[in-house]
Amino acid sequence: MTDQTGLSGLVDRAALVTSPVVARRVRGLSERAIAWLFITPTMLLLLAINIFPLIWTIRLSFTNYRANRPNATVLDVGLANYQSILTDPDVWAAMTVTARFVFWSILIQTVIGFTLAWLIDKKFRGHGLWTTLILLPMMLSPAVVGNFWTFLYQPQIGLFNYVVAALTGAPASSFQMLAQVPLAPWAIVIVDTWMWTPYVMLICLAGLRSIPDYIYEAAEVDRASPWRQFWSITLPMALPFIMLAVLFRGIENFKMFDMVNLLTGGGPGSTTEMASITLKREAFEKWRTGYSSAFAIILFVTVFGLANIYVKALNRVKSR
Amino acid sequence: MKLLQTFALTAAVAAAAAFGASAPAHAEGKTITLCWAAWDPANALVELSKDFTAKTGVNMKFEFVPWPNFADRMLNELNSKGKLCDLMIGDSQWIGGAAENGQYVKLNEFFDKEGIKISDFMPATVAGYAEWPKGSPNYWALPAMGDANGWTYRKDWFARPEIREEFKKKFGRELDVPKTQAELKDIAEFFQKRVIDGKTVYGAAIFTERGSEGITMGVTNALYPFGFKYQNPKKPYDMQGFVNSDDAVKGLEFYKALYKCCTPPGYSNGYMQEGLDAFKSGQVALQMNWFAFFPGLYKDPNVGGDRIGFFVNPGQKEKGSQLGGQGISVVAYSPNRAEALAYIKWFASLDTQKKWWALGGYSCHKGVLNDPNFKNTAPFAADFLVAMDQVVDFWAEPSYAQLLLAMQKRVHDYVVADQGTAKGALDGLIADWTKVFKEDGKL
Repeated sequence: MTDQTGLSGLVDRAALVTSPVVARRVRGLSERAIAWLFITPTMLLLLAINIFPLIWTIRLSFTNYRANRPNATVLDVGLANYQSILTDPDVWAAMTVTARFVFWSILIQTVIGFTLAWLIDKKFRGHGLWTTLILLPMMLSPAVVGNFWTFLYQPQIGLFNYVVAALTGAPASSFQMLAQVPLAPWAIVIVDTWMWTPYVMLICLAGLRSIPDYIYEAAEVDRASPWRQFWSITLPMALPFIMLAVLFRGIENFKMFDMVNLLTGGGPGSTTEMASITLKREAFEKWRTGYSSAFAIILFVTVFGLANIYVKALNRVKSR
Repeated sequence: MKLLQTFALTAAVAAAAAFGASAPAHAEGKTITLCWAAWDPANALVELSKDFTAKTGVNMKFEFVPWPNFADRMLNELNSKGKLCDLMIGDSQWIGGAAENGQYVKLNEFFDKEGIKISDFMPATVAGYAEWPKGSPNYWALPAMGDANGWTYRKDWFARPEIREEFKKKFGRELDVPKTQAELKDIAEFFQKRVIDGKTVYGAAIFTERGSEGITMGVTNALYPFGFKYQNPKKPYDMQGFVNSDDAVKGLEFYKALYKCCTPPGYSNGYMQEGLDAFKSGQVALQMNWFAFFPGLYKDPNVGGDRIGFFVNPGQKEKGSQLGGQGISVVAYSPNRAEALAYIKWFASLDTQKKWWALGGYSCHKGVLNDPNFKNTAPFAADFLVAMDQVVDFWAEPSYAQLLLAMQKRVHDYVVADQGTAKGALDGLIADWTKVFKEDGKL
């Protein structure tokens, strides 16, 4: 009631300060026109900061333009940039590194995230505190996470090596997570899992809490075992949420840049050089603007295409 | 009366506004911004520049960016025609691109008009920091900060009788500053995992950084002494048999062996700062780093003074050190060109150059370097002269970034990630560089 009074007071005051000419004009507009009036600024903003750059990027991708050579002649090169990218073994190597990272990080995060959500859903004593603690890593900035995990992985003073040494008996400085070719990709998967599993957990938890209790009660009346309840009720009903979490994490991890850049810079060698790092080097270090525009378009189409296929699958699961 | 009061008030406000706008400008003078990397010499330059402000009334503002982001940040600034920097102390390799893209002001006319003689500066620094095209009398910068890649060592450890005795027993010679790259590796291997004062220490901190220019600057310091050449001296851009010569292959294999045998654990992405950290914390016996850091290291309370020694990059088949350092240029987009040029004029004077060296900057002025007493002014001064006499620089072409990144990848893949062979890495490098030069129309 108070709110309504406050609101009507506000409207009255607005009406008082609006000039009669403007008021008459607005009163004459249809609802549709007023709706357009409201959304036009946002549409213009989106066009300016999203759509125009996208169109401009597509245009540049067919040229040899370099942003650091403003005086050079810009030539149309047709599909040469696309052809060059798709036949470049270094690009394919970066795409392979990205695919491996996306696959393993999402697999591990989904398994751990769902397990944590399932445990938290049991509402044991102190589960609120545990939920808050588990959620903490994803609230940190990736730059902070990248920096402090660099210290944690330090072979001589890093806590990670000491913990592994204590558990396995191997000397702490006998392995180097960020410096050894077989370990560096896993080092990144571990950090990403540590940071983003809570996010997967949160979505899964929402899914688990959306399952009505009466379904479980009916299953118990039918003497279904807990295992059967899990496979026949919990998992199928939470599946759309799990798939949603996988979709979000997949898109994010495909674009992964900041954390990898801080942890390894793409090294050792090119072991952890993901597509986004290659793209950044081409665009802002080598200044091959046309080429990197084409690369960005290829990455965009890849993510967009895969996400669309995935969303269709998600819709099929939901409609079951 | 009311009208009169209003008029008087308006006049007072207008007068206040007018004086408010011009008075501070008169009092404080103009302000120009100098852009450089954030490191020890930059602090010395801040101190030195106070004299310029005192003399001209022009205030100085500084924009210092940490080395790993320096090139990204500043090249972005130049490429976007930014007005942030009036003066730029840019890396030597930028000169080609900045000159060809009109980002730096050509200084020939200004030098002639102001009587600044480029011949007053050491030839290697003029060639490295000021000229484009190389070898032509076209100057885009004034040599500002001479630098080369050198070495520091733990003089106190080298002096310990038990260590000296053991070294002599093992290698049949005294433990002393290495004269060749092979001797350097012997020393690094000798110290690797040695326990000194109850602490395990390691051989050498060398450049292995992947992201910017680190490993290239380190590897070239080994490649030059082994006989690596960028191109056929008689046929520019002809690299076959020079970049991948047998000597170059040996040099690259040597650097990998040095990395594998003698660096601290996990030292796969180390550059200047990591080297300084390793040395200052007493982890390593030898450290590869730029001369620019030597004044600061000498003053360090833990490892400086009598505990530290310096030496020039040792030769092997021949002599060679990677050139560092920068020239100072006027940014073409600066709205304060006159003041920026006045700074260059002031900086070029012998008195300023003498003070620059005294404060910790590396002057390139012959009047400073040829002073008979120069060698005695700092424990690394004599080595600096030797190093500057044998410097070689990386490509300074407009496409230097592409050339550099190609080398970073090839070399890091081989040295750190253990992929392929040295010959394969150098052959691949020629292929990458050839592609760049073809795109640039140089081949």
